[in-house]
Amino acid sequence: MIPASRPRLIVLCLVVSAMMAGLVTRVWFIQVKNQSAYASQASSERIREVIEPPVRGPVLDDLGTPIVNSYPALVISVSLPTLWKMSDGGASVLRRLAGLLHIKQRMMLREVRLCTVGVSQPCWPGSPYQPIPVAERVPARIALQVLEDQRLYPGVTAAIQPVTHYREPISTNLAQVIGYLQPITASELKSQGLPVTGFAAVDLVGQAGLEQEYDAELRGIPGVERLAVNAAGQVTGTLSSVKPRAGDYLVTSINAALQQDTLSALASAVQKSQFAGSPTSNGGAAVVMTTTGRVLAMASYPTYNPAIWTGGISLREFGRLFDAGGGEPALNRATQGQYPPGSTWKVTSLAAAVAAGYSLYGTYTCPGGVTIGGHTYQNDGNPSLGPMSFYTALVVSCDTVFYQLAYDIYLRDHVRQDAVTSPHAPVQEMQRMELGWGFGHTTNVDLPEENPGNVPTREWLYYFWKDNAHTGQNWCKFGRANGSYVQQIEWDDCRYGNIWTPGQSVIASIGQGYVSVTPLQLARAYAALANGGTLYSPRIGEALISPSGKVVRRITPPVAGHLPVAKATLAYIRHALAGVVTSGTAAGTFGGFPLGRVCVAGKTGTAQVQGNQSTSVFASFAPCDHPKFVVVVMVPNSGFGAQVAGPAVRQIWDGLFGLEGHKAALPGGVLPGLPYLNRAGQVVPPPGFGPPARRAKHAKPGAHR
Amino acid sequence: MSWVSGHPRSRTAPAWMVVRWIGARLAGRDSALRQADWLLLSAVLALCALGTLVIWSATAPTLAQQGSNPHAFLLKQVLNIALGLVLMLVVSSLDARQLKLYAPVVYGLSCLGLLAVLTPLGSIVNGARSWISIGAGFQIEPSEFAKLSVIVISAMLLANLKHGQTRPAAKAIGLTIGVSALPILLVVAEPDLGVTIVLVVLVIGLIALSGVRLRWLAGMLAAAALAIVAVAKLHLLRAYQLNRLSSFINPSADPRGTGYSAAQAKIAIGSGGIHGTGLFHSQLVAGSFVPEQHTDFIFAVVGNELGFVGACIVIGLLGLLLFCTLRIAIKAEDQFGTLVAAGIAIWFAVQAFVNIGMTIGIMPVTGLPLPFVSYGGSAMFADMIAVGLLQSVRRRRCVFAS
Repeated sequence: MIPASRPRLIVLCLVVSAMMAGLVTRVWFIQVKNQSAYASQASSERIREVIEPPVRGPVLDDLGTPIVNSYPALVISVSLPTLWKMSDGGASVLRRLAGLLHIKQRMMLREVRLCTVGVSQPCWPGSPYQPIPVAERVPARIALQVLEDQRLYPGVTAAIQPVTHYREPISTNLAQVIGYLQPITASELKSQGLPVTGFAAVDLVGQAGLEQEYDAELRGIPGVERLAVNAAGQVTGTLSSVKPRAGDYLVTSINAALQQDTLSALASAVQKSQFAGSPTSNGGAAVVMTTTGRVLAMASYPTYNPAIWTGGISLREFGRLFDAGGGEPALNRATQGQYPPGSTWKVTSLAAAVAAGYSLYGTYTCPGGVTIGGHTYQNDGNPSLGPMSFYTALVVSCDTVFYQLAYDIYLRDHVRQDAVTSPHAPVQEMQRMELGWGFGHTTNVDLPEENPGNVPTREWLYYFWKDNAHTGQNWCKFGRANGSYVQQIEWDDCRYGNIWTPGQSVIASIGQGYVSVTPLQLARAYAALANGGTLYSPRIGEALISPSGKVVRRITPPVAGHLPVAKATLAYIRHALAGVVTSGTAAGTFGGFPLGRVCVAGKTGTAQVQGNQSTSVFASFAPCDHPKFVVVVMVPNSGFGAQVAGPAVRQIWDGLFGLEGHKAALPGGVLPGLPYLNRAGQVVPPPGFGPPARRAKHAKPGAHR
Repeated sequence: MSWVSGHPRSRTAPAWMVVRWIGARLAGRDSALRQADWLLLSAVLALCALGTLVIWSATAPTLAQQGSNPHAFLLKQVLNIALGLVLMLVVSSLDARQLKLYAPVVYGLSCLGLLAVLTPLGSIVNGARSWISIGAGFQIEPSEFAKLSVIVISAMLLANLKHGQTRPAAKAIGLTIGVSALPILLVVAEPDLGVTIVLVVLVIGLIALSGVRLRWLAGMLAAAALAIVAVAKLHLLRAYQLNRLSSFINPSADPRGTGYSAAQAKIAIGSGGIHGTGLFHSQLVAGSFVPEQHTDFIFAVVGNELGFVGACIVIGLLGLLLFCTLRIAIKAEDQFGTLVAAGIAIWFAVQAFVNIGMTIGIMPVTGLPLPFVSYGGSAMFADMIAVGLLQSVRRRRCVFAS
């Protein structure tokens, strides 16, 4: 080596050492210092999570027969965006698919077009980016053919998806109570921290009724399969697999036969009234267990088939569901309908009077009319009946007795007759009693849709006037001192609407004016009357049973309160209500009814509504001595309580007990116990109730995937 | 007994004579094996063994998935190593002085090879026309041998000092640049950025080591810098090369495109941690997330499956290899031997640094294999021949020393 090279070789040695040291340092930095960051990146890209949707739990009636049922089925879907990319818009693919599925080509083409303006059903009402299901319950052979020959069927997928089945006629009878399922919204996904399954039709969430109320339990838990994938996205193995857990079974206390009876009684009442010329279009009914607060039937007319929600509802059907002119079938009248209770309300006024010190056994006069505050209030349709007991006042439904009591109690409240109300005005005695019966606030039934009804108090009147004097109904703008009848009222309301007059108390005492209740509120109040004072928060759900058969939760109707009424008073009222049926306002309605076999008690209600026909109400319980059931029917805008609602209630009692040629829904009034799941996962009806319930054949729990 | 001392390579010589000759060359007093640098050999063999294991682990899952023999790459690499060792033995048994004579031949052959690559004989891999198919599924990469030939021819030219000269003459340097320019231009034409870098660094390094005046060296470096600027300005780089370079500067710009390999390699190495997942135990490797993970990106597999420990062992073995090589260069008796050994050191060092560097994000992505570790026949043969040269240089010193 020449001398000049030596130092340069040493420099080379140093450079090489530095290079190696640099490599080690950098590798240390990546592998030791930042290891966790790289490790998480690595796992995120080599693992794919596949979410497997759970099968939604069924909703069962009291005997364990499914009302709504989900089961996994092979569904063939078409992705529009993929078809659009093809030169012929995917027509050839659809034709081929139609041939494979034995569907008419024209039908197939219609099903996958979008429901836009001017396109009528059949069409796809959902998002164009959501796979459109074209065939459910497809044989595996055909599904495989589609999957394996993607060259022939681009954009066509076959996947196991839960399919919802609505059993008829019970689901139509119970449509508003069941509710419906709709694709989950992005905000719901986020707020509930749910994984997206990727199956658009599967990410459904209960949006109304029991489906919404018990959504968390019914939905189940999605399965997660963590797959190892290679760089090309091919699956190389399964790292972990958690099977989906099917949703719980919701057993309800709804009796399918009784529900059928209730709806058809309600429907025929509305239809008969319509036939007689009334403008009525809807009504609500409820059958509640007095001793437990369970709901046995809950009907709303008009109703609809909830299956129309499946796979996306069309705009027209959606419009029809919420069209007030068509009776708004989506509304649950039993919990959302707010109607004046009419004379069925008198039981609370009587209780208030007794609480205020009026003797239960006293004598009260029933004149043809009373003049209070310069205004004469007539006894509805009745002449002067002279002195009478409370018993008779209820049996013949004398209004003037209650007018006078209301005025007396109003005076006891020491209200100055010209006092303007305030938000802090104390609740008056009469209204305190009404609130004590559970009116004026929701029953907290296990349904998301419920209205509170209204018990007019002075506080309420303050806000009512404030909201409508210059805004809202704008009485002061439209009112005329000498205009039409309505304009005169508005003129008055503008000037004096914020004053609680004796007339307000008088009208409220017979369940008219601003008083409104829902059929369910009335039913539970009468249940409390019947059971000795316990006010329940009614429940439709009875129990949640896991797919393995374990009772996860028994649902017991909570006690919401106790009527502020002495037992003796309640017993007296019950006795009077039995008289209503035998010799009072409902005697005609129940003429020929086998009261000897089942003693029925009840109260008619005919609430006059300004500008409309009366609201027909009948609230009833049976048997008289040890009441077990309450039936309430309310039909607005139809006529007398004894003429419209009364016969409907009679028909429901017939169906419940099996009277007058009807088949008993609950023979002997005996309620079934809880159905259970046998080892095979089939639902077995409670002992003593019929043959094993027929289950939809796909509905075996555990059959998911 | 004249036939005994007759030329052993004579065609008339009995077969046993040939065997005895080879035996003498290999096991004799001044034989290749006896005089071998065993430390160097151990480093080489350890790298080969480690590399083979890692190649096996990196290729078996994919091969199995394809339904092929999962050991195919393992067996081929073992064969490559075996053939490479034979080549090494043959070369190491040559006299270093003879090497000088062979240098032009080697140079000519490799230039011919590089030319052949540009003809329809060559096949394109990863955007570069750098392979010659020689049938039966075998391919040669002449650019691997070009590195050797540039080292040998440059060393020959630069070591050729007239009596009394203490530095190579300007003529020798000019000749060196001129002679090495041909293979460099041919490699640029392929185009193979990695090999170009190695060759340019080699020539500059060898000229620097040859004892040239520092100011000349500075001038040369300035010229090289100018050339780089010119290359950039005149758009002489191919699109994919520019992409590689720009994605080196900003790897996250295009994570699924050019930067993908670099990003994936970094993820693989980083997630290996201190101990790694263990051979055959990496989902990342089994899923082939790092492209070319058995060849250019083999260090990513080392880092992932063997962890920081494994990575340090590989870098350490490469360091040992370079240490032995530089020791041979320093102790070599003649300038030619020094330059050959130093050239080999530069080659291995640059190639190892660029290769490992690109997997850990400090070098742009180029197609350079990791010496002795990456899968590949041509590279293994060239590397082994280089080791053979080193042994030969060292043995010559030993002969004189004794």
